[in-house]
Amino acid sequence: MMISHLKEVLNGTWSLFVGMGITIRFFFKPVVTVQYPHEDTPMTPRFRGHIELVADEKTGLSKCVVCLMCQRTCPSVCISITGEKPEGSKRKVLTKYTLDFTRCSLCGLCIESCNFGAITFSNDYNLAGTDKKAYIFDLKKRLEDSNK
Amino acid sequence: MSIHPEVIRLLLFMVGVIAFIALNAAYLVWVERKVAAHIQRRIGPKDVGPCGLLQPLADGIKLMSKQLFAPDGADPILYRLAPVMILVPAVMSFVTIPFSESLAARNINLGLLMIFAFASVGFFGVLLGAWGSRNKYAIIAAARVVSQNVAYEIPLLITLVTVIMVTSTMNLHEIVLQQTGGFWNWNIFQLHASPLMPVSFLIFFICILAETNRAPFDMAEAESELVAGVMTEYPGMGFGVFFMGEYANIVIGACVSTILFFGGWNCPLGLFPGVHWFLIKMYLLIFIVIWIRWTFPRTTFYGLLNLSWKVLIPVAFVNLILTSAFLKVF
Repeated sequence: MMISHLKEVLNGTWSLFVGMGITIRFFFKPVVTVQYPHEDTPMTPRFRGHIELVADEKTGLSKCVVCLMCQRTCPSVCISITGEKPEGSKRKVLTKYTLDFTRCSLCGLCIESCNFGAITFSNDYNLAGTDKKAYIFDLKKRLEDSNK
Repeated sequence: MSIHPEVIRLLLFMVGVIAFIALNAAYLVWVERKVAAHIQRRIGPKDVGPCGLLQPLADGIKLMSKQLFAPDGADPILYRLAPVMILVPAVMSFVTIPFSESLAARNINLGLLMIFAFASVGFFGVLLGAWGSRNKYAIIAAARVVSQNVAYEIPLLITLVTVIMVTSTMNLHEIVLQQTGGFWNWNIFQLHASPLMPVSFLIFFICILAETNRAPFDMAEAESELVAGVMTEYPGMGFGVFFMGEYANIVIGACVSTILFFGGWNCPLGLFPGVHWFLIKMYLLIFIVIWIRWTFPRTTFYGLLNLSWKVLIPVAFVNLILTSAFLKVF
């Protein structure tokens, strides 16, 4: 009885020092937190942000052929596209691709419906704002800006 | 007309000690937050000034700008008296602490006794503050603090008797002078006088943690159960003074441990003794106190009392008996 009590006390005391050893090792390890507004972490590739246009590797222009499949598929009606056929060209060229992100539910049906791989999910997650107008994105302009 | 030197000494002591306490309270909070952060692998305060060094200043200004009001039905005198009751004993205990050979306010013969007498007065502040603020959480906390202090003062004082039997004086200055020379002369390594000196130190240190209401014994401020315990009803600087008193008590605990067991202002190798060695040892002990806080979770109240009555008091008694036997035989 007495011996077991004594053993418990000694074991308990020893375990306290073991615990302190663990915390002091953590004390000297580098910090793992990210100072968020000052630092960013790379986003995972499968993150579903709002959609963006994919650039053609050769020309740097959009792959979009203005077939309007995404606009028709979108259940929230948040995509509106305009295009034109320049003189002497066989294909239509995209002039404006507007995404109304205030209504988008990130379902991804537009991306599934695109046969040309012209749109994809972006990795953009810093989307706080005070104005509703800031969420009506001009994706063609966005692509051109990212090319610069 | 000449000013009496005693008056100058008094003024110097008051200004010096209050500045020392306030600085320590402010920057120990910063140290505490930094150590806590790094143990949890965070950075801690970093935005206010370099490395967050101006954070205590910002906190202080914030506390001072708060309105001071007393809750309905609070005892107007006790409620306002309590923070002072906590801080004053802490300030008084500094009277006799020798920081170095020549740096001490008073060389009192019974210095050790005085410090522990004031330490027992200190927790009346907690009790009165809780009673005066008319809050059930505060009163539960105060009831715990009183039983905790009663429980831990016994092993603390028994251990103190053990140490005093070895030093045979209560004068802190003389206790340090006895330990002059290398670290092998320090009381904690006086194994020829009593091989149980490290055990004494361990008990003493645990009791200091409990007496200053530090984690894992912070029953006075068990925020997960009792809102903020005794400080629940204190806004602004009332809370700030409570906090200062708490940190001042920790500093005193570390000072007394340094003097009793680690040779006060003596260098470990006997070279260049001075106030810097005292401060280095003191802050190392305070670091250990903080380190303990961020390692162990709060004990239950029964665990707390069991530890004192079933473990510390028997061990302290055995320690006392064995030490006296050793001193008699050798």
